[in-house]
Amino acid sequence: MRDVTLEILRYDPDRDDAPHFESYQVPAQEEWVILDAINYVKDHIDPSLTYRWSCHMAVCGSCGMMVNEEPKLSCKAFLRDYGDRIRVEPMANFPIEKDLVVVMDDFIEKMKESKTWLIPKEDRSIEEGEYRQTPLELDAFRQYSMCINCLLCYSACPQYALGTEFVGPAALALTYRYNNDSRDGGQEQRADVFAKSDGVWHCSFVGACSEVCPKHVDPAAAIQLGKMDSAVDYFTSFVTKPRSR
Amino acid sequence: MQTVSADVAVVGAGGAGLRAAIAIAQSDPKLSVALISKVYPMRSHTVAAEGGAAGVVRAEDSLAHHFDDTVSGGDWLCDQDAVQLFIEDAPRQLTQIEHWGCPWSRTEEGRVNTRPFGGMKIERTWFAADKSGFHILHTLFQTSQQFDSIRRFDEFFSTDLIVEDGRCRGVVAIEMRSGEVFLFKAKAVVMATGGGGRIFPFTTNGAIKTGDGMAMAYRAGVPLKDMEFVQYHPTGLPGTGILLTEGCRGEGGIMVNKDGYRYLQDYDLGPPDPWPRKKAMELGPRDRLSQAFWHEMKKGRTIDTPFGESVYLDMRHLGEKKINERLPFVRDLATSYVGADPVKVPVPVRPVVHYMMGGIHTDIDAKTPIDGLYAAGECACVSINGANRLGSNSLTELLVFGRRAGLGAAEAARTAGDLADAGVEAQGREAEARIAAIAGRADGGETMAGLRDRMTKTMEDGAGIYRDQALLADTINELADVKSRLGRVPLRDTSKVFNTDLTSILELEAMVEISETVAHSAIQRTESRGSHQRLDHPKRDDDAFLKHSMAHRQGDGAPRIDYLDVVITTSQPAERVYGGAAEAKDAKANDGKAA
Repeated sequence: MRDVTLEILRYDPDRDDAPHFESYQVPAQEEWVILDAINYVKDHIDPSLTYRWSCHMAVCGSCGMMVNEEPKLSCKAFLRDYGDRIRVEPMANFPIEKDLVVVMDDFIEKMKESKTWLIPKEDRSIEEGEYRQTPLELDAFRQYSMCINCLLCYSACPQYALGTEFVGPAALALTYRYNNDSRDGGQEQRADVFAKSDGVWHCSFVGACSEVCPKHVDPAAAIQLGKMDSAVDYFTSFVTKPRSR
Repeated sequence: MQTVSADVAVVGAGGAGLRAAIAIAQSDPKLSVALISKVYPMRSHTVAAEGGAAGVVRAEDSLAHHFDDTVSGGDWLCDQDAVQLFIEDAPRQLTQIEHWGCPWSRTEEGRVNTRPFGGMKIERTWFAADKSGFHILHTLFQTSQQFDSIRRFDEFFSTDLIVEDGRCRGVVAIEMRSGEVFLFKAKAVVMATGGGGRIFPFTTNGAIKTGDGMAMAYRAGVPLKDMEFVQYHPTGLPGTGILLTEGCRGEGGIMVNKDGYRYLQDYDLGPPDPWPRKKAMELGPRDRLSQAFWHEMKKGRTIDTPFGESVYLDMRHLGEKKINERLPFVRDLATSYVGADPVKVPVPVRPVVHYMMGGIHTDIDAKTPIDGLYAAGECACVSINGANRLGSNSLTELLVFGRRAGLGAAEAARTAGDLADAGVEAQGREAEARIAAIAGRADGGETMAGLRDRMTKTMEDGAGIYRDQALLADTINELADVKSRLGRVPLRDTSKVFNTDLTSILELEAMVEISETVAHSAIQRTESRGSHQRLDHPKRDDDAFLKHSMAHRQGDGAPRIDYLDVVITTSQPAERVYGGAAEAKDAKANDGKAA
């Protein structure tokens, strides 16, 4: 057991002109994660503290926050890795809805605009059974299907910080995921996502997104690979029909 | 109060809700769907399922095997007509989400691969490494985006169902962002709100699993069925309750006590070798394994950890390559949360509340007794899970019955005709007033967290792995006391925006309500069956209790429990046997056929 001080950014648009920090003393257990300490505050000190969480096992993607200025899933940020004063803020690069809750409408729209669903290359009836897909073909996209939409990558992205026109790491990784699924034939329908100026070409390849990704999706790699595909499409368009895979 | 009109309102956007919404959109794009969820769809707890989804696909397997494993696994409390429908549709629905992009693990030939799960005669669990629920949920969510007739209302907290003239006509929900109360007028409603494992202190369930939808249906007059059947998963991480999938044992993991002894052989699950083999030892059903732990603990053969008594799940012999390929998430979770890398050391585990077999009473078409109201997934009780759900049936269940609920609701909406709205709006305003009244409560000296902790403690004390009359009576009294104090919790957050203080209070009301149905159903079932074990009534009693418990709400008093016959078609109740006894029984049956 040790006492930690959480400095949490509070903001209620109903009554606050601007966000401000409040400090809370928490008698914490050593094996706790940051989320446990925040839950302690809500249960025992201030029930109005507002944040999202659910699974407590780093898979639902709800509890992304800035912990000492780094984007983290608070359910997988262990107190043992921090000192006795810990600063907790809402994810950077998003509007604050209240306290640690951010507005994520922009990402939700980008997912849809990017057509992040399977567009079948060939129709297949249920009676014909599953599409054949070898483990190697699965490996071509599997990593990029692991995105839990926690949006830590957007919070870390210097390009997204400049403006939300950039499609951004998670949506691009998911676009790449479907483009490279052997069952998919929707590359042309998604070509705009990568080709237009606020797609991959905006990425400056800092790689911050991949560094903070809790699921090792490596969106930076998807974006670079997507750039290559997009360039090939561009040049190929002068000589023949758009490439299909 | 704002009003939204839709043909069908779907409450809950996890696996079952998304599958229902897609079914409606595909069957009739002209029907408008309002998909209402208290969280964004990808946050729903389907996401946390790891091991996989059952459906017969291998040549050596058969529908009859899946039927038998499910019915015997459920200790004959399953409705066999529902099970038959389920096992027949299972492979189709699993194939369907493969067509939608689900990244199932594959064989070298590119076919869908399968792994064995507990209580299963032939391996029939389709898996996507150890993130099957995650991939199913995201596949469904991403697929749902392409249907314009599905209008999502993410982060809308539902509070009430509207029932007018015997027909379900809509839903009341709070928009979290604004605090505004919305009335969703609909011609049919699908409940897909998940279970309520959070009524216990130690659970694999996420914070959102508070039984709200069950309580909404219960308050609207639908009985809750078989609520006393609560599944403990045998392998949760001590402290957090984080799930380690049954796939760990499906891949060959073993369980040992503090002496390194495979104790399951002492509980009618042995002999231990050869290993691995199906329907034996570590691949016995979940109820038996969790009960065996309890006995080991009483015998003093468990391991004392800082987070309570545990046993070991040992996977070291699987090797790093296989663990990385098949169980990467498990490795990450065990290493991070208890500091035990399964490649190098055994992992401490203990039973943890995982799943509620009971729920909103429906027929095999996912329809409740109220016209226009359907339910599917963990919040519902069809019942295919009986007294103990077979691992990997629930992911399949939410596809099969989510779709069915959607199709049923679509048909109900199409044939509804003109419905009068006046009463619906009046009920909406009443619900709005009830929500508003919470803000006006005086401080009665109680806190949400204080009452919640009393509820979860008494549920574990009285309604845990083993139960008896006296323990349950104490729990019932304690719950009644907690319930009487709910109105004394003041609302400390007075903001309109994203008021989780308010929703926590509403969730607690729902949890106390469903806890009461669990405790009362349990005290009145004076037998032991599947996950419901009574120390004072250790035998199964088919004469008195081959029946579903039906909990009916009686105002603010205790629920009334009556009973509904189980549907038996081809499988007469018999003794549940696993391990050597099951193998001997199979051999005898084969001899009979040969002779």
